[in-house]
Amino acid sequence: MLPGGHLLSVLIFFPAIGALALLMLRGDDHKFIRIIALVVSLVEFLFSLWMLVKAPLGAAGYQLREYANWINQPPINYHLGVDGISLFLVILTTFLTPISILASWKSIEHRVKEFFVMLLMLEVGVVGVFLSLDLFLFFLFWEVMLIPMAFLIGIWGHERRVYAAVKFVLYTMAGSILMLVGIIWLYNATGTFDLPTIQNMLATGLLALSPREEMLLFLAFFLAFAIKVPLFPLHTWLPDAHVEAPTAGSVMLAGVLLKMGTYGMIRFCLPLFPGAARRAAGWVAALAIIGIIYGALVAMVQPNLKKLVAYSSVSHLGFVVLGIFAFHNISMQGAVYQMLAHGISTGALFLLVGMLYDRRHTFEISEYGGLATPMPKLAAFFLFVALSSLGLPMLNGFVGEYLVLLGTYQRHWGWATWAALGVILSACYLLWSYQRVFFGEITREKNRTLPDASAREKWILVTMAIVTLWMGIGSTFITARTAAAAQDVIDQVEPQHAFEAAAPKATTPRGTAPHTKRDSASAAANNIPTERLGLR
Amino acid sequence: MLPSVIDAYRVLPELVWCGFGVLVMLLQPFVRTRQFFTFLALIGALGGTAASVTAAMHAGPGFGGLVQSDSFSFFFRLLIGAVAFLVVLASAPYLERERLPFAEFYSLLLFAAAGMGVLASAQELLTAFIGLEMSSISSYVLAGYRRDALKSGESAMKYFLLGSFATAFFLYGIALVYGSSGTTMLVKMDSADLLHSTLFELGLAMILIGLGFKVAAAPFQVWTPDVYEGAPTPVTALFSAGPKAAAFALLLRIFATVPAATHFWFWAFWVLAALTMFAGNLGALVQTNVKRLLAYSSIAHAGYILVAFAAVTLMARDKSSDAGPAYAAVLFYLLSYALVKMGAFTIVSQLGGTGEKNLSLDDYAGLSQRQPWVAAALSVYLLSLLGLPVTAGFFGKFYIFKAAVNSHLMWLAVLMAINSIIGAYYYLRVIVVMYMRESSAEAAALGPVSFPIGVNVVLWITVAGTILFGLYPNPVINFILQPTLLGR
Repeated sequence: MLPGGHLLSVLIFFPAIGALALLMLRGDDHKFIRIIALVVSLVEFLFSLWMLVKAPLGAAGYQLREYANWINQPPINYHLGVDGISLFLVILTTFLTPISILASWKSIEHRVKEFFVMLLMLEVGVVGVFLSLDLFLFFLFWEVMLIPMAFLIGIWGHERRVYAAVKFVLYTMAGSILMLVGIIWLYNATGTFDLPTIQNMLATGLLALSPREEMLLFLAFFLAFAIKVPLFPLHTWLPDAHVEAPTAGSVMLAGVLLKMGTYGMIRFCLPLFPGAARRAAGWVAALAIIGIIYGALVAMVQPNLKKLVAYSSVSHLGFVVLGIFAFHNISMQGAVYQMLAHGISTGALFLLVGMLYDRRHTFEISEYGGLATPMPKLAAFFLFVALSSLGLPMLNGFVGEYLVLLGTYQRHWGWATWAALGVILSACYLLWSYQRVFFGEITREKNRTLPDASAREKWILVTMAIVTLWMGIGSTFITARTAAAAQDVIDQVEPQHAFEAAAPKATTPRGTAPHTKRDSASAAANNIPTERLGLR
Repeated sequence: MLPSVIDAYRVLPELVWCGFGVLVMLLQPFVRTRQFFTFLALIGALGGTAASVTAAMHAGPGFGGLVQSDSFSFFFRLLIGAVAFLVVLASAPYLERERLPFAEFYSLLLFAAAGMGVLASAQELLTAFIGLEMSSISSYVLAGYRRDALKSGESAMKYFLLGSFATAFFLYGIALVYGSSGTTMLVKMDSADLLHSTLFELGLAMILIGLGFKVAAAPFQVWTPDVYEGAPTPVTALFSAGPKAAAFALLLRIFATVPAATHFWFWAFWVLAALTMFAGNLGALVQTNVKRLLAYSSIAHAGYILVAFAAVTLMARDKSSDAGPAYAAVLFYLLSYALVKMGAFTIVSQLGGTGEKNLSLDDYAGLSQRQPWVAAALSVYLLSLLGLPVTAGFFGKFYIFKAAVNSHLMWLAVLMAINSIIGAYYYLRVIVVMYMRESSAEAAALGPVSFPIGVNVVLWITVAGTILFGLYPNPVINFILQPTLLGR
């Protein structure tokens, strides 16, 4: 029997039950609705932490598996599982949901019940995506999650919300329909939708795709994920969606939805089509690097604060894609870490921008200036978050970017050199925008009397700040769990490099952080052989 | 050979529908209560549906092979019976509102159902022709049932003229097929000579044109929007679900049983499918009238089903691969599609108001505020048409994609994917209007439109069916995947 009881099913469907309960609720007591939504999401968060206890530390392969037959023709199974990579993405999702609910406490005043129902349904879809081990099930959650997000943008967004919502759905759907064709094609070749089974067939040579077929399939999957990430030049839906979305929508969008794309690359593109991934790696890396630099440059010239943060996401997600396609254990772990760090930092940035919007109802940087005087606390938090986002050591952004660059450098030093430009540029646009918003003279009279952070906002921000700091100094907690999973992906994409890449190379200290990486990398090297035997 | 009792069992559903149709007609001068006729028609529709179980239990060829009672016809009889039942439920309040006579409407409806039943179970071309005429002539009258409305008259006229033209094609096709093969029995057209007979091919082409008209395949689709728009909305619901399913059933039977029909016909279906998808979806993009929009969308969906047909013919030709999943794709799609269109047109009919005035998209603005449950139900239908998971439409589309990819029709699959995206745009537009725009002042002042119990039952059944088959399609799929589906 598969271990773990039904924790993963509970994780997926508990928010759905909460949403259903909210729907059934008679009356329109906004406070009551908010409290129910918050309690549901907090309980869900605790459930997700329980995974940390139940999943063995540093093990490779999928844990806590659940398996049931669902549809017999064609054989589609309800197959769930979690590994080191999806584990933390689920926790990130369940962590950001209560934060989003708290952030919408005051700013959502009409159609309150529907709002929280949509937010919880979104959580269902996202957690389902991260936990599915059946291609069909994965696709199902991938599509299901579109509708709540489109409603969040389209009903509770700003002026051009409908345009942004429709653009978001059409872009994503265009990619995912081709992915569906790809999934069916793969099914035709293998006779199953089950991811571990297909991986097994690949490993044992039962499934051999011709190079052309493999490349087409890779592209069908990759396009869907690249749109979601979004990878340059498919990023044009993102600024619209972000600017028009309500704060909670932006937090969820940047925090977790974009990660579904990079997660898909790690989980599907690399292990299923290793040959095509290797051949495409150069092109993908080039696009990622263009994205890093382009995103940063465009962010720098944005007059709109929210758009600035949105473009910074394009830049940061470029690092993640680069880390993935460098096929190096350290850069892969860095990519995962950067996914989590970006979720927290950018989520916090969107929260802060939302708080400014709640006070002044504008995102224009020129409308602000000198805000540090009326609201010192908010200014301090903003600086903290901006520093974490630009990668200050001791904070979370640094670990991810550093690991990505370190790993990438060992495979292709040229890529790392170009990507490093992005680190410098991110410091420019974040600090420059911070200066224009919070320092200088107060140019608008209205800004003089703005209230500082309220108790609720302080709670949100302090929580985010603590997590930011903890991820910056306690990174081993996470890398110890992601190492094996990352190595497993690398092994599947580059079997010949398996042990060479895992060997600890960092014998000399490189700055403050390598200590942790070396440990985890060597841990991975020690773990893999036995674990792989267990897996296969 | 004289017909025996077992032959009667094998066409029992059609007999029940015809019988009740006649009964309703005969009672019309004597009984004046409207509820009575509604009740009688409901019993008739249900009775025929129940009788299809009897017919399925006595499976086999009836009347010396004119009709075939098998799982295939069982499936379609159930579908047609369910559609007739739902149309009766939905049309009672409509007829009341528009002050139209009840009895004739119901008897025409039941005759149409009987015709579709014959069409779906016919194993011989002249029988099929009778079925086609039975359902078509009733349909022409039903389309013009709102005599006072100009559009209804236009609808009936167009449908009648173009429809008879198409029927003539069909008949001519039968003549050519008979001339070349010496038989009108589908099962007897298996001689190897027919594989290279130009006359036979020509006959098949004529039949394909005739039936292509009935299923609204491009380039024979131009009548659809006008006829659908002008007809009384419950009748539109019937048109989009019933005759279409029956015509597809006959088409499937012909192209699955006759070896010569699978010879090189897949190219014809390929082209038809591609044209139909684009004609429907591009046409729907610019519509502002919800009824017309749904009419164009039903053209598009005929295109998706034709994709599966291309796969069916290709697989039947190659013989090596199993065509079962492709048939299943057609059947499942027709089921999911019928459920959704029934529900959607019922809502349109009810929201239209007296004289069907409120049909434009603007009238749907802010519907989610005025009538949240109706808006939610309509969204479920639209999402199913769009093919989003957890709805039956998703599995329908999935099975068609699978059939296409199975037969290596990659380009057709990609075209279908592109069309799905175009489709997503206009379905979403309706949802956007309902949820993201405010009601107009008049609509808000009028308040919610009342939904009588019969209409609510239709909505409940169709929504429940759409979601149930979207979560658990196993029973249906297992049934239609059985190897003896076509009674062989």
